Amino acid sequence: MKLPTPPIPPALLPEPKRPGEGNGKVKPQDLAAEAGISAVGWIDERTSLSGAGRWLMFRKIPKGTNWFYTFGSASMFAFLSQAVTGVFLAMYYDPSPTRAYESTRYITDVAFLGEFVRGMHKWGSTVMVVLVFVHMARTFFFGAYKYPRELNWVIGVVLLILTMTMSFTGYLLPFDQRSYWATIVGVNINGTGPLVGPFLSDFLRGGAEFGATTLSRFYAIHMLLVPGALAAMIGAHLYLVAKLGTTAPPWVKAEPEAELTKETA
Amino acid sequence: MPDQPPEKTSPYTTDRRIPGAFEGETVTRRRFMTASAHGMGAIAASAFALPALGFALGPVFERPKASWQDIGAADDFPIDSYVPKTITIVSGIGEAGRSTAYVRKRNPKFDHDAEDQYNQIVAISTRCAHLGCPVRFVEAAGSFGCPCHGGVYNFDGTVAGGPPVRPLDRFYTRITATGRVELGPRYSVNSELRRFSPRDPGEPIDGIGQYAYPARFTSPKRP
Repeated sequence: MKLPTPPIPPALLPEPKRPGEGNGKVKPQDLAAEAGISAVGWIDERTSLSGAGRWLMFRKIPKGTNWFYTFGSASMFAFLSQAVTGVFLAMYYDPSPTRAYESTRYITDVAFLGEFVRGMHKWGSTVMVVLVFVHMARTFFFGAYKYPRELNWVIGVVLLILTMTMSFTGYLLPFDQRSYWATIVGVNINGTGPLVGPFLSDFLRGGAEFGATTLSRFYAIHMLLVPGALAAMIGAHLYLVAKLGTTAPPWVKAEPEAELTKETA
Repeated sequence: MPDQPPEKTSPYTTDRRIPGAFEGETVTRRRFMTASAHGMGAIAASAFALPALGFALGPVFERPKASWQDIGAADDFPIDSYVPKTITIVSGIGEAGRSTAYVRKRNPKFDHDAEDQYNQIVAISTRCAHLGCPVRFVEAAGSFGCPCHGGVYNFDGTVAGGPPVRPLDRFYTRITATGRVELGPRYSVNSELRRFSPRDPGEPIDGIGQYAYPARFTSPKRP
């Protein structure tokens, strides 16, 4: 099909080819494209990554796949947004009990775009929790947790717990009245677990009272321990999605092959 | 002998006809190498993982020394009402390490717990026994109220209503030779005001609670 030519003044139209030019002169953009292809080719020859890329990206998906299937990647992008904004917030944040509130105030009031980046991180955390739950509900109602995807459901539950851990530990970091008392209450709720609860609380606080290292413990858990586990688990989750494929929505019925349903005799 | 098929079940490598087998050898060199490589890896991993774990868990087993702080002259405290005193729970971390205690003189009218040298001055912690919010003494009502979930305590700190599971914690106090009051470590009390090593909020210590929520390693020694 030939597209209609847009009404361009003749002076701006590309020059027609001269006889004997063949495929035309080698233009700079052709050279650039060639250089890009050869660079990618150089890497691929040594890593075979294109095979893995094709395996991951060009999968067969069932009939009926729809917008409900996008919550998983939405959750992942929420996580990526949290990771990126978190890394840059860490450049200004100081996890010491006497400096934390001041450094948070500096981010919000003084640092260029600080209010925006902190806002992204703060509201993004809520967005991520909501998306994770919507994704979980989609999986549940579509029956996508059934064989052979049970393990991916279990990994998803671990991801949910890690996400909640992130929310809990991140809540303390602004170190204002709200985060201080919410953390006191949260740690004490954790302490009401019989036998192990009191010791878990001591572990979280780093002692019997909210002390000098509690904030830095929460900070280390929030920005080193859990994000690493979260990223690794997301990797495992995605591997299983690519390996096992996605499910059809429950309203799409499987169509058996005509050969199998043919009347004989 | 060479015509016999190799014995698959024999523990000796010579019997199993493994090339280069030694007399009396039961573990193949391949297996030995595999096991030793895995063993070395496990030793190397534990060499950094175990100290790191101990480092993170250390504070759970650390017993701090009991500290005593001056909170004023014994004569300044009333006998039928409380005076709020700002106290230091953890030093060196500014406001986050401070708390409030309500302090009064012992009054036989209200105090029926066993009397000794540590409760001539009654110092009640403001940490709510429900989940740890700060309670406030309301003079007009003669009771303590918690802003978070509505816990109410009587004048002596026992529960009057709401979600708290035990009375408000107290602090050991002592009066020095010069008549100054010193405030010591925290202790928890059950509904009969019997002393227990300090428990976190939300942990009952009546009946089975004292065993379900055991004393922790981080509590300073009783004076």
